[in-house]
Amino acid sequence: MDALMLDGNAAAGLLHEIFGSEMTTAVGTCDGCGTAGEVGGVHLYRGAGLAFRCPHCGNVLMKIVVGDERVWVDFRGLRALQLNG
Amino acid sequence: MEGTAVLGRLNWRAAKVVELTPETSQTKTITFDVPGWPGHRAGQHVDVRLTADDGYQAERSYSIASAADGPRIDLTVERLDDGEVSPYLTDELRTGDVIELRGPVGGYFVWNPQAEGTVFLVGGGSGVVPLMAMARQRALERSGIPTRLLYSARSWDDVIYRDELAELTARRDGFDVVYTLTRAQPAGWDGYSRRVDTDMLGEVGPVSSELAVAFVCGPTPFVEAVASGLVELGHEPARIKTERFGPTGG
Repeated sequence: MDALMLDGNAAAGLLHEIFGSEMTTAVGTCDGCGTAGEVGGVHLYRGAGLAFRCPHCGNVLMKIVVGDERVWVDFRGLRALQLNG
Repeated sequence: MEGTAVLGRLNWRAAKVVELTPETSQTKTITFDVPGWPGHRAGQHVDVRLTADDGYQAERSYSIASAADGPRIDLTVERLDDGEVSPYLTDELRTGDVIELRGPVGGYFVWNPQAEGTVFLVGGGSGVVPLMAMARQRALERSGIPTRLLYSARSWDDVIYRDELAELTARRDGFDVVYTLTRAQPAGWDGYSRRVDTDMLGEVGPVSSELAVAFVCGPTPFVEAVASGLVELGHEPARIKTERFGPTGG
């Protein structure tokens, strides 16, 4: 257990700002283990940026770094993202 | 679609302080008037942004404590002594002050019981705040959904919303509260007096076939212990919704 860990839900405001819609109920599929789950329920680590990890296998799903003038998003660990709306 | 918040751009809004209510020695409820507030669902949070004179900005997330009620929202903030934002909110803010917030955000941890059965709320410390919003929303809607709150606090004086929780329980409409006081107990206390563990969850919570959904909120180690305890008791992980407070919540 890591005391610094949060839930994807904690990034709801930033995700909404980036994607323009509510993202914590979107369903992501991990490219590592294939498990699908709501973005709000994945594990979130906050440092210089945000790292979203699969709660099942620990694979990094997504990384976000916010700079002064731009936002950088890495989706490498996500196989699919299903938005409901 | 039901289950998601209103789509669209998320703007920072000016929120005016209209009331300050001390709850415990470390917590205060701040009532804001937010013109244009789109409404919210119980369990959602807002991001609060403070800007210093030199332009430095600090941002934190706080759970909404109130049920949806027009343009007003309540945030209950715990003062963290070494925090950057919470001491300002609890000590410096005055009625009439205006701060920036955006929201509501987070459609994941919201009161939206769809399955049959009992809703199990488990809160540690100020983790009770979004769960209180759910209890208030439930009461407002006159919902009869069986709901039990297991609330872990350090002492009786650290219990937030104590009187209101007693009132909600007295309605006898299917809502009740079980307390555990982990550090100090009043004389004659006959409730739990230890940290939440798997045995306690088994005694207080519904059996797995009767659980609609569990909402767990508190510091990360608390949430971790409760969530793994619930899984150990046979509850489906998909029915356990968690909201962890990080160490930088201040």
